[in-house]
Amino acid sequence: MNTELLSRIQFAVTAGFHFIFPPISIGLAFLLIFIERFAWKRNDEQYLKLAKFFGKLLGINFAVGVATGIVMVFQFGTNWSKYSTFVGDIFGAPLAAEAIFAFFLESTFLGIYLFARNRISKGWHFFSICMVALGSLISAFWIIVANSWQQTPAGFIYNAAMDRVEISNFFDAVFNPSTLVRFFHTVDGAFITGAFFIVGVCAYLIIKKRETEIAFKGIKIGIISGLIFSLLQVFPFGHESARVMYKTQPEKFAAIMGLYNSQTDAPIMVFAYPANEGEQPVLKAPIEIPKLLSYLVFFPGDPQAFRGLNTFSKKDIPPLWMTFVSYHNMVLLGVIFILLMIWGAIQMKRKKLLVARKFLKILVWAIPFPVFACELGWMAAEVGRQPWIVYQLLRTHEAYSPTVSSGEVWFSFILFTLIYLFIGILFVYLLAKEIKKGTETSIIPEGKEVELL
Amino acid sequence: MTLNIIWFLLVTILIIVYAVLDGFDLGVGVLSLFSKDENERRIHLNSIGPVWDGNEVWLLAGGGSIFAAFPVVYATVFSGFYIAFYLLLAALVFRAISFEFRGKIISPLWKKIWDWAFGLGSLLPALLYGVAFGNILQGIPIDASKRFTGNFLSLLNPYSILIGILSLVMLTMHGAIYLTHKTEGEFQERNIINAKNSWLAFLILYILATVTTIFVAPFSFDKLLMNVIWWILLVLFLVSVVSVRIFLSKNNFKLSFIFSSLTIAAVIGLAAVGLFPNLVPSTIFPDYSLSIFNAASSERTLMTMLIIALIGMPFVAVYTIIMYRIFKGKPVITDESY
Repeated sequence: MNTELLSRIQFAVTAGFHFIFPPISIGLAFLLIFIERFAWKRNDEQYLKLAKFFGKLLGINFAVGVATGIVMVFQFGTNWSKYSTFVGDIFGAPLAAEAIFAFFLESTFLGIYLFARNRISKGWHFFSICMVALGSLISAFWIIVANSWQQTPAGFIYNAAMDRVEISNFFDAVFNPSTLVRFFHTVDGAFITGAFFIVGVCAYLIIKKRETEIAFKGIKIGIISGLIFSLLQVFPFGHESARVMYKTQPEKFAAIMGLYNSQTDAPIMVFAYPANEGEQPVLKAPIEIPKLLSYLVFFPGDPQAFRGLNTFSKKDIPPLWMTFVSYHNMVLLGVIFILLMIWGAIQMKRKKLLVARKFLKILVWAIPFPVFACELGWMAAEVGRQPWIVYQLLRTHEAYSPTVSSGEVWFSFILFTLIYLFIGILFVYLLAKEIKKGTETSIIPEGKEVELL
Repeated sequence: MTLNIIWFLLVTILIIVYAVLDGFDLGVGVLSLFSKDENERRIHLNSIGPVWDGNEVWLLAGGGSIFAAFPVVYATVFSGFYIAFYLLLAALVFRAISFEFRGKIISPLWKKIWDWAFGLGSLLPALLYGVAFGNILQGIPIDASKRFTGNFLSLLNPYSILIGILSLVMLTMHGAIYLTHKTEGEFQERNIINAKNSWLAFLILYILATVTTIFVAPFSFDKLLMNVIWWILLVLFLVSVVSVRIFLSKNNFKLSFIFSSLTIAAVIGLAAVGLFPNLVPSTIFPDYSLSIFNAASSERTLMTMLIIALIGMPFVAVYTIIMYRIFKGKPVITDESY
């Protein structure tokens, strides 16, 4: 394999692995605001235990997120040096802004939140979790600015003498056509992830008949917020993302929706599997809802024709299979999330949630699925942008580091795949161990603390 | 033009702040390798527990700022120092997770693994930063198209390794001084001795490195004797380095730490003045060197970044002060500690 392909695989592995953790952190930090608020204002010991419990889980998750994120800041330089010189004038600024505006805020106040509960007043402690949540949102904003600029570049001019793009309008570059819809879509995905995390963990405690009262308070917050977030994800956030994509990246839109030929009155594909018949990609065994796609995109106006993939030059279209499949599985998961949360809310209303053991088990197993949905959405977005690294400005195969040999990339790729595998296994193991301990921090026998910690 | 100089100054300051703040974290990590017992290991970890993450953010801020302000340096150096960089990142990854993972399983082997991860994860970066700077100070092979033409082994030359050891010893000294006012009793006594010994080693290595630099990279001394800033930094260095030792003897650890921070600032400042206006000298041909002019972003970007920095930095200063005030004093090991 050559340097370019290896660098792409390595980027996919490192970014994909890193992206497991931020959605959990963002969602959990945001929901901890509510738990801490109830603990403080109602002076409720049970909410306090819940907060400390999830605070500890946030700490582990955040640490792994930080550790795996360090690589991301430098990987553009190491593996994508041509890209870095081509876009550095624009792309570096959001990364620097993320560090300056978000990372300092997050890391400082997380330190205070986790370690200073007994050193500062309750009000200041509550303030610290709010700042952690704010920091994680600002961080999400700037990284999505950077990524959205790759999808829908704006606010730049091309400097032919230096063969690079330069900022012409910083505001336009930051608020490029897809920044805001993608920000809301991604952050809401993180909120769903956090809600399912809390719901699943509390469901586990309820099944094990451990601290049921505390766990019930947690699951209630999780289900209510999870229901709201997963409904919002379909409308308006997901819907608007797709509409913006139709306007700004028609090739990606065609691949995602499975539109090989141009058509008006396009259907929504509920199911199909993409295959190749000779040169031509086809969707087999399709189940469609006629006209719905056109209706969704153009409502309330009159439907216009969609451009099919076959109307674009072959060298400009993304791989159909990965784009189509990742997007459709993301949507499928989104629908399942809504159904699960509606059912949870009904059971809660009927006061049967605590005894619905099968349903609670499903909720435990559902913990990782919002993370999968985030990953699938990211895959659809990134693979759908191919063959471009910056849409219509720079192709991926022109962007890698020419001075790095494939042997060197093999080295870093194997090294980091092994490290991440190791960390991934330990992370799941340790998280499960902490969850099994439950919310009672004092299950350790008296006098044994020093030995244990 | 002025903006390029301002950004040279800002990047230097970012590197100094990172070296001063994460420097003592790394030094504490190196010293943790010599802990006598479990309690000492935990004091090492917890003396920096709440602050190390914030300190490491300066590295990310530095990386992001170099990307934004001098993208050619970011691209050329990081792709050129490829293997070294991934080793550095691997070390930092292990170090970062050792805090959270170490105490979570009660097993001597488990703890040992993470003690080594923390110790070596601190030692390797402290060394590799120096190796990287050594290479930059003496110049690296950069061709007309701004590409690095050397390889990993060419980076491991005697001069760079000397600078690597210098950096390791300097940060160990800094960490030992930090620990003197985070510890008590016999443990504190040993840290004072560590601080004094590493101070002496640092001084000897610094003199050695300076003499070697005159031969290896004579161009860094061109016109320096006429440069007022260089003289100011030299005086700052001499005053600071002597004060570190004086205040150690007087058991005034706070002042000793402040002067050790100033020493690091002066060391990096002197190197930066020597490089200016270059960022990375080319050993192939002087004109191929990456300078603050030919490696920089456009004026508009430099201006935008300056505004971002001016808005953001006061906030950062406020959080940092709040955090150090909350966690001042000696670490207390409780069940919420690492």
